[in-house]
Amino acid sequence: MAIKKTTKSNLITIAILIIIYIVCQILIATGSMSNLMKGLLVPLCYYSIMAVSLNLTVGILGELSLGHAGFMCIGAFASSFFSKTMVDVIGNTFIRFTLAIIIGALSAALFGMIIGVAVLRLRGDYLAIVTLAFGEIIKNVINVLYIGIDRNGLHFSMQDSMSLNLLEDGEAILNGPRGITGTPKNATFTIAIILLILTYVIITNLVNSRSGRAIMAIRDNRIAAETMGIPITRFKILAFSISAGLAGVAGVLYSHNISTLTATPKNFGYNMSIMILVFVVLGGIGNLRGSIIAAVILTLLPEYLRFMQDYRMLIYAVVLIALMIFNWNPTCIQWRENHSLKNYLPMFFKKEKEGL
Amino acid sequence: MSFLSYLIRGISLGSVYSIIALGYTMVYGIAKMLNFAHGDIIMIGGYVIFTIMSTIGLPPFVAVLVGIVLCTLLGVTIERIAYKPLRSASSLAVLITAIGVSYFLQNFALLIFGADAKSFTSVIKLSPLELAGGKLTISGETLVTIPLCIIIMVFLSVFVKKTKVGRGMIAVSENKEAAILMGVNVNRTIAITFAIGSALAAVASALMFSAYPALSTTSGAMPGIKAFVAAVFGGIGSIPGAMIGGILLGIIEILSRAYISSQLADAIVFLVLILVLLVKPTGILGKKIQEKV
Repeated sequence: MAIKKTTKSNLITIAILIIIYIVCQILIATGSMSNLMKGLLVPLCYYSIMAVSLNLTVGILGELSLGHAGFMCIGAFASSFFSKTMVDVIGNTFIRFTLAIIIGALSAALFGMIIGVAVLRLRGDYLAIVTLAFGEIIKNVINVLYIGIDRNGLHFSMQDSMSLNLLEDGEAILNGPRGITGTPKNATFTIAIILLILTYVIITNLVNSRSGRAIMAIRDNRIAAETMGIPITRFKILAFSISAGLAGVAGVLYSHNISTLTATPKNFGYNMSIMILVFVVLGGIGNLRGSIIAAVILTLLPEYLRFMQDYRMLIYAVVLIALMIFNWNPTCIQWRENHSLKNYLPMFFKKEKEGL
Repeated sequence: MSFLSYLIRGISLGSVYSIIALGYTMVYGIAKMLNFAHGDIIMIGGYVIFTIMSTIGLPPFVAVLVGIVLCTLLGVTIERIAYKPLRSASSLAVLITAIGVSYFLQNFALLIFGADAKSFTSVIKLSPLELAGGKLTISGETLVTIPLCIIIMVFLSVFVKKTKVGRGMIAVSENKEAAILMGVNVNRTIAITFAIGSALAAVASALMFSAYPALSTTSGAMPGIKAFVAAVFGGIGSIPGAMIGGILLGIIEILSRAYISSQLADAIVFLVLILVLLVKPTGILGKKIQEKV
């Protein structure tokens, strides 16, 4: 039986991920991996998940979202809250962490759905600014929110931890700007890579399904799609909430990989959303494998530029601008075609079929 | 009385936002791009004025003038190097380039001026005005900011409607191809738009840092985003819209800071934006775009 072209391409990506995983494990086992790199393995996975899931919104649905970090924030806090409260109740780490992942994903997806219902009728740059606004609202609200728990149940406050009125056995879990401390560090590289593969499979399956084709039809021509009887709003919200839910999964990995979870402009602000968008655009809009590659390279690049000290972010910025111009400028595109390897080494490339 | 004083402070902050938003909205209207680096031009303007005033010791007037000139040059240079090669590329590619420029300016400033925040000395030496027997004080900064904002706004409206260059801008923003056929030099028009926007950013930075003196490499980012929100609020592409949006935003921000919560003020500003867009999807003064099949 012949394997479909898309399936083959997906299997290749998954195989590459598994090979990278095995190589990393061997490097760790033989002790030839630096501590810096070991610490980066899980972040690489959650950034990749973020990039792949944002690609669903930007590339497949064709809507610009600048609030993706907000969904990651929700997933992170919801799951961290769950893990912290349940750490004594559910002893089995595997079950607890699985539940935490599900809770993180569902809460982020729920918010994605609410926001989607509200704003998906806006278009283009208006949608971009509204999603940015939502991301900032989520971050700000979490920074003034205090939630504690005691034997009477949950207590909420927006002033400080004293006004929670907790009983003596109570504990304030979410401490406003100080966030949540002491989330169990359950996120391992193995789980992270499994989640990344899972995310990839979910999105590729969606894209190659009937729903996925409907979503892409909406992207290519909204009015034509509507004329064909595709319920626009439903599919837009479907794609948007799946994308948000997967960002929530990335948030779960994030929060279970650090000891103190706080919502700062640096980790959940619009800058983060923009960074993820950079991954998506550089990796190729609509290209999931490209998103992962771009996420990995652009996360490692600043780390490996550390020897340049103060100049490293400057270099990073210049590289970014140069890459964009090299990629999109008409003169550069022409130059690339003239100097492509295919012209110099034609024997290594199959001749492209002419016509359709 | 305290309400009135908050209101005036809100209008004053809002005027600064409108001046920044004018730069955003004009660039958006003509080049159809979100210039994320606009906020960082404000920051650079702030550093230039600060350096000339505090380190070299020249009078504020000269400092602001040099700031305006340098920011204008910077804006035009950025447009020439980073945005012009991508004129025909997708808007997303241009957006990412603008983000790259923003990173570049922030880190460039970090390298030259250092990481520690500077305290900006006010460029306005006007004594505060006391009304109602000292109950209502209006600061010198406010006394300059509000009239200046109105002057800029009137001047720009006249410039766009009456001069040849200004009408060229309208033509390019409405239909680029038709404008080319009519003999409008599109590249020059876009460059002039960037020059005006950046000059306004320098003016805004002098006014903003005089009222809020903390100057660091990231202090342009949030006002930039808020001015962008203001531009969207009023209907992006519209000059009076940017003005109305900016002032409304300033008032909402100051009032919610005063009466609701200072930490939630930004969230409230963004929430109001979302509510406005839900009712009027193209902003307060935005035009409805007809979609062709």
